[in-house]
Amino acid sequence: MAHAVEPEYTTTGLNHRKLLMWVFLGSDCLFFGALIATYMVYRGQSLVGPYPIDIINVPVTTISTFVLLMSSFAMVQALAATNADDKRGIVSWLLATAFLGAIFIGFQVVEFNAFKNEGLTLGGNLFGATFFTLTGFHGAHVTLGIIWLLAMAILAAKGRVGSKTALDVELVGLYWHFVDIVWIVIFTLLYLIGGFDTGPVALPGG
Amino acid sequence: MATITGVIPRPTSYAGVWGWMTTVDHKRIAVLYGATAFVFLLIAGLEAGVLRMQLASADNDLIGPGRFNQMFTMHATVMIFMVIMPLSVSFFNFVIPLAIGARDVAFPRLNALSYWIFLFGALLMHMSFVVNEVPDAGWFSYANLTEKPFSINRGLDFWAIGLLVMGAASVAGALNFVVTIINMRAPGMTMMRMPVFVWMTLITSILLVLAFPVITVGLIELTMDRNFGTHFFIPSEGGDPILWQHLFWVFGHPEVYILILPAMGIVSEVLPTFSRKPLFGYPFIVFSGIVIGIMGWAVWSHHMFTVGLGPVANSVFTITTMLIAVPTGVKILNWIGTMWRGSIEFTTSMMFALGFVALFIVGGLSGVSHAISPSDFQQQDTYYIVAHIHYVLFGGSIMGAFAGIYYWYPKLTGRMLNETLGKLNFWLMFIGMNLTFFPMHFLGMNGMPRRIYTYTAEFGWENMNRLASLGYVVLFVAFVIFIVNLWQTRTSRRVSHDPWDAPGLEWSIASPPPAYNFAEIPTVEGLDQYWIAKQRAEAAGTPITEPEALVDPDTIHMPSPSYWPIFTAVGVALIGGGLLSHYAISFLGGAITMMGVIGWGNEPAAAPSDHH
Repeated sequence: MAHAVEPEYTTTGLNHRKLLMWVFLGSDCLFFGALIATYMVYRGQSLVGPYPIDIINVPVTTISTFVLLMSSFAMVQALAATNADDKRGIVSWLLATAFLGAIFIGFQVVEFNAFKNEGLTLGGNLFGATFFTLTGFHGAHVTLGIIWLLAMAILAAKGRVGSKTALDVELVGLYWHFVDIVWIVIFTLLYLIGGFDTGPVALPGG
Repeated sequence: MATITGVIPRPTSYAGVWGWMTTVDHKRIAVLYGATAFVFLLIAGLEAGVLRMQLASADNDLIGPGRFNQMFTMHATVMIFMVIMPLSVSFFNFVIPLAIGARDVAFPRLNALSYWIFLFGALLMHMSFVVNEVPDAGWFSYANLTEKPFSINRGLDFWAIGLLVMGAASVAGALNFVVTIINMRAPGMTMMRMPVFVWMTLITSILLVLAFPVITVGLIELTMDRNFGTHFFIPSEGGDPILWQHLFWVFGHPEVYILILPAMGIVSEVLPTFSRKPLFGYPFIVFSGIVIGIMGWAVWSHHMFTVGLGPVANSVFTITTMLIAVPTGVKILNWIGTMWRGSIEFTTSMMFALGFVALFIVGGLSGVSHAISPSDFQQQDTYYIVAHIHYVLFGGSIMGAFAGIYYWYPKLTGRMLNETLGKLNFWLMFIGMNLTFFPMHFLGMNGMPRRIYTYTAEFGWENMNRLASLGYVVLFVAFVIFIVNLWQTRTSRRVSHDPWDAPGLEWSIASPPPAYNFAEIPTVEGLDQYWIAKQRAEAAGTPITEPEALVDPDTIHMPSPSYWPIFTAVGVALIGGGLLSHYAISFLGGAITMMGVIGWGNEPAAAPSDHH
């Protein structure tokens, strides 16, 4: 049978996989939404320390946040290189994105260790439980993203990524930017706003 | 290409057991879902039988309180997550691609993955019977009864991990159907030309995609409390058990609509067919479905009226809950309007659809009665609630599903279910259902709490309980007759492609449908496309008597079978299984999942035999 490969017909003109990714991200919003809600409900409800003000280090995490934001910039460059069929650009920008993501994870590992040494544990108080659960699941998302980026970089090095398959890069980009945006929310709530919480406080309605 | 896709050669045909294990055909996956759901229906039905036997007389000691707790927990959990949901997904799988004029779903391998993860998750939860540490905290497993000091064995871990694994399957499946319905409609099938069942599937899938992450978080927090020392729901450490209730019901109430909307979709197909009239008020049915999908998120605290959220919260949720009855009422009005002055044909399918409408009205009305929070204070945790949930889930979802089974079975198999047996099945089920669950209204009003394993005679509950247990026997016979009916179709008569003179696209092709469904993708000119086509042909003097002609399957490029979905699902199940036994197994599962993903990624959707 020798007819040509037909372009995939879709009702909306949107590619199936792109639509899938968007709906999945919608689902993931609710996942992080529920985790963030748990954190907010238990804000200021820890019976014993350490409390956020004792250990949260806003300047250090500002740096890692900046690194993560820059990784989104690298991601944009990777997609641009893909559309331009610039093989070297694709590989290096994908690796740069993964590298910046890895630095962010490195910061997180150091932070988790430091917090543990200062007595913050999963079982110690509600702040520890909600903090480690929320940022831990975010870190897991970033780690999965790094693995995905590295896999794409290997494929790109083999010459299997280019403007014809730009969607592959676009999908990992959608995921990556989403995980970044979630971090912006987490950073704002857990560090900039909640980072100065002291011991048990009576919150409005609480 | 073959070298990178895996060591084992890719299967090329659907022969034998291996064919079923590697299938990506939506029709076969529908059979897998349906058969699995039916087996679990029998299991959960027998569990209900144990409950009814125990309660048939006062001061009974057939089973002790511990076993009783396990039975009602597993009965409800299995019925909801392993019967009604997969039964719905079975209908989605079989009907949706046919009804929208597509050859398969958008992601056939993801579809297979969803099924296998679901199956393994269900089996994982049932492993609790093997080690005799069965979940026993009720289907909504309220904290802090579920915490370590109160539920010391691993039962609740089996429950939580099993649901987490099955949740992943549900979300993956639902993502697939959202994309399929939005993106794979035949040319001309605008949103407002989609059959109502397709609409309800879309709404249900969106609810699944958005609701399951919330329970996922709740289950993760419960698992962490039980295994990793956190105190999310332990009040002595500052945790709040009420948070579990919020997380559960923020998921749980959309879940109620996840269970009922597919049945509403099914009767919206069945009623017009057997009334020989287009659906009355199609846009109203569609938009009330959408409104239910949205408002379903704003009523969850009506499960929590007695928690003490305060008069403001209780009033708000009373009002929203009463409001959500409006779109439901609109639908019922439209179904009755559909039958009004129709030329009604009382097939078994139609009778089940009528049973659905009647019983769902009863369940809906008792629902409104506990939407009113002061009234709910009398009903909370009594058999009145048990009566309500069975009228909406048995009278609603199961009756709707049976209407669908009798309706689409000839399309699936090309053979007819026996109508006489079918009607017997219907009447026994209808009578048995009312006999079992109607007395529970009185029991509840007379103060019988749910989930008690026995009661003393002086409460005066014995007669009604006897009646309910007698009803169970009638239901049991009804299901036996259904099995007989299924069995006799091995030799029953073959039917034409369109035995009901139905309006949907699925009836325009052969029964059973060929692997590729449509030789030529149809063009849609309006709602009820096949009625339009048949009427036009009749007017032209050339009525349609034959299905679309079969073509050589080799001329149509279909996705090839793949073993990566089941391989990956094994990995996912092992991750869950490891959390219940030894963490090393979880790492093994992770590695297998990773291998599966890589193998999957390297494998083209269709075997590259002729194109590449």
